[in-house]
Amino acid sequence: MRQIDPDFLALPLRELADAALRRAQELGAEHADFRLERVRGETLSLFDARLEGSMDADDLGYAVRVIRDGTWGFAAGIELTPQAAAAVAEEAIEVAKVAAPINREPVELAPEPVHAGVTWVSTYEIDPFDVPLREKTDLLGDWSAGLLKDPRVDHVSASLMQVKEQKYYADTAGTEATQQRVRVHPVLTAMRAAGGRFDDMRTLAPPAGRGYEYLTGTGWDFVSEVAVLPELLEEKLKAPSVVPGTYDLVIHPSNLWLTIHESIGHATELDRALGYEAAYAGTSFATFDKLGVLEYGSPVMNVTGDRTAEHGLASIGYDDEGVATRQFDIVREGRLVGYQLDRRMALLKGLGPSNGCAFADSPGHMPLQRMANVSLVPALDGPSTDELIGGVERGLYVMGDKSWSIDMQRYNFQFTAQRFYLIENGRLTGQLRDVAYQATTTDFWRSLEAVGGPQTYYLGGAFNCGKGQPGQIAPVSHGSPTALFRGVKVLNTVQEGGK
Amino acid sequence: MTPQETVERALELSKADDCVVIVDEGSTANLRFAGNTLTTNGVSRSSRLTVISVTGQGVGVVSRSAVRPDQLADIVTAADLASHEAPPSEDARALVPGSRSSDWDRPAEPTSIGVFRSFAPALGEVFAEAESAGRKMYGFAEHLLTTTFTGSSTGLRVRHDQPTGRFELNAKSPDMSRSAWAGVATRDFTDVDLTALNATLARRLDWAKRRVDLPPGRYETVIPPSSVADLMIYLYWSAGARDAADGRTVFSREGGGTRVGESLTSTPVRLYSDPAASGVECAPFVVAHASAREQSVFDNGLPLTSTDWIRDGTLTSLIQTRHSAELTGLPATPQIDNLIMSGPGGGRTLEEMVAATERGLLLTCLWYIREVDPQSLLLTGLTRDGVYLVEHGEIVGEVNNFRFNESPVDLLGRMTEIGAEQQTLPREWNDYFTRAIMPAIRIPDFNMSTVSQAN
Repeated sequence: MRQIDPDFLALPLRELADAALRRAQELGAEHADFRLERVRGETLSLFDARLEGSMDADDLGYAVRVIRDGTWGFAAGIELTPQAAAAVAEEAIEVAKVAAPINREPVELAPEPVHAGVTWVSTYEIDPFDVPLREKTDLLGDWSAGLLKDPRVDHVSASLMQVKEQKYYADTAGTEATQQRVRVHPVLTAMRAAGGRFDDMRTLAPPAGRGYEYLTGTGWDFVSEVAVLPELLEEKLKAPSVVPGTYDLVIHPSNLWLTIHESIGHATELDRALGYEAAYAGTSFATFDKLGVLEYGSPVMNVTGDRTAEHGLASIGYDDEGVATRQFDIVREGRLVGYQLDRRMALLKGLGPSNGCAFADSPGHMPLQRMANVSLVPALDGPSTDELIGGVERGLYVMGDKSWSIDMQRYNFQFTAQRFYLIENGRLTGQLRDVAYQATTTDFWRSLEAVGGPQTYYLGGAFNCGKGQPGQIAPVSHGSPTALFRGVKVLNTVQEGGK
Repeated sequence: MTPQETVERALELSKADDCVVIVDEGSTANLRFAGNTLTTNGVSRSSRLTVISVTGQGVGVVSRSAVRPDQLADIVTAADLASHEAPPSEDARALVPGSRSSDWDRPAEPTSIGVFRSFAPALGEVFAEAESAGRKMYGFAEHLLTTTFTGSSTGLRVRHDQPTGRFELNAKSPDMSRSAWAGVATRDFTDVDLTALNATLARRLDWAKRRVDLPPGRYETVIPPSSVADLMIYLYWSAGARDAADGRTVFSREGGGTRVGESLTSTPVRLYSDPAASGVECAPFVVAHASAREQSVFDNGLPLTSTDWIRDGTLTSLIQTRHSAELTGLPATPQIDNLIMSGPGGGRTLEEMVAATERGLLLTCLWYIREVDPQSLLLTGLTRDGVYLVEHGEIVGEVNNFRFNESPVDLLGRMTEIGAEQQTLPREWNDYFTRAIMPAIRIPDFNMSTVSQAN
């Protein structure tokens, strides 16, 4: 198991926290927490096997959050001295004073046991920041060059994002947690223009809470996936345009993860359901009065939130309010049974302790209620993907995410994909082009007829889910089996754009 | 160590052939509210050093925050080493020759929570009024001040101070079934007219008391400046010359090359950027922390001037680095951080356009705009916070929301009216882009693809 980097532990974590928390309490804070973070990110991009851009950047700083007279105050600083940390605490108190006249709802937090001196490190083998830049560009360049040799490919883009996130959290209750996690996301895209058409085909390898070993065979077979891109691209370019209408959809988890994210993940954030995101990202149709009542989907639909899943992008030991993370139910047998919580929301609605979904993407931002790894549960002894396809007379098999859009209450959505295959009489008969599927969340999930078995399960996800003002990004994974939906509306995107 | 001293010291330390050093000093203050009460708030400072080392054609970019003087040598060494390790960069060019800002030596001045000292109580009064009138207010106020210092081994020493402020106010009925939004961009919050914004929203919520359900279809639609900004910003972001030359975008010419010089519309519309444009001033030189498709670290410091992207309806320029300009044989026209659209002189106000509408829709906001097809720039998205039915020049009620599928390039060709331009705040993209001057436009057949139940 990896350890937290010594250079992070060598920072004056405890001294800064002590200075800030003491000063906040002296100035009347009912609660105060201190979070010091270093988020290091490196991005590489290649085009046609040549380096297009690279950057190695970090974000280091700390934040002091206080509740004073029932009002939040938040300030963030960068100077790593106890005096500066105390001054930032004073600034947070000052912010609370300026904000107090416009606060009409006293802030209180759900209780949480004290977690003193705890540490947590994610599961990975090779720290991607220990790998020389040249080794990474050579690997992506070799994959790209291999694709460019194929006459069915005009251009190739390749990119690699990698992040190491280190957090130290302490609060006035006595919790102190030090954590480190790593994530990577390699992507290759082959492109071609032919017959008056241009198209591309991208790898389906998801971002993962893994180290550099992910690129060299652990957890994904990139060599095999890259090798088939030219053939898939050629087939897509020659594919006929879809006839719009109603189709049964067998959706692979490489596509369904994003539909889960948009139509379940965001819809079951309690801050959204309560209106705290109303002016920006929006609210939710799954309002609090529907808890335990709403028939979200069919009886085979079971959805969990989980911040403990191995290699999950949202996985961590303790959230940014010092709450121990866990797995919890969101939808059970089709019914809405839970929300994602932070400490304030949990207490506000009498839901007991928080389930650990507070997260800030940088030391300069205040934690928000952010998404756990929200996942659709496979059926024990459930069918294979082939068996699901075999049960469809006329439908589409959907793989890989592409375009996505959903309304501000998470009802009306439209998604496209990397690949749509026509299913006729239980067999795939080739790719189609210009396809989008469109539905309303509850109609869609109520049309879920079957979920695949564990052998069809895949953990998709994204590095950059956006939420909040000021805007924050969060990494999150979504697991899913292949699933069968009956009677979904399918559009022809060329006809949609036509006049 | 001052930012200017950091620049000088880092340049001295670099052993690479060439070096660019960028120091960004930032500060922010924000207030967020929902349901007539504060939800979150905060102030923060940031300081970022970016060292771009060039060895031969190799580039190493290392960027670190909160750098102490004793860390400087390690960061420069890491950038130098990365430039040795890196394969050749295809955008490698001689660095931009040196020039010096007259105020180079002036210190950076941060913003603070004090920017809201008179604004916050006024907002509190809006909440109190809303409470008594049965409305709920939601929104966000943010002020940022970023000073960027850019120096290079060719003697470049340029700085830019960029204030950015935005304020969004969203009013809802108690049952959340009616909603109205307004937003403004500001440089310092002294010009935000809370009373006027509040009155506008109250009027729109009143309009929404009558509900009219309409099916999907193509409708004559008046699109206000904020929504026009959201559409045109997407067009602008899609106007990279390299992608066009590679055949990937709506600006690719069939058979190869770009569509520069091609007429997109018979309407004499102009879409342009100008760093000096009043109210939307932005950096007058290139600041590139890393190379990408539409920017090059080698172009750092390149002067920016007024650039037409579309003039008299003809595609005039695409976003170019010096490298892509050589590939396409067109002038180097880098991206600029504002966007302005104007039509023929004498355009009407939004209110006058509504008054001149026999039957049509008036949108408030477009949302969740995503690309469906890059070659046609088909975008999908939704309406929100008020779609109103206009009959005989009057608002007669609120209509259900819709999902749309449309291309902004197509819309340019189908506009039947361009209103008077005004400074506006884009709704969806104001996290990234706040400096916009846009007109309202009239589209005779806007494609509302399906009904959205959201309100």
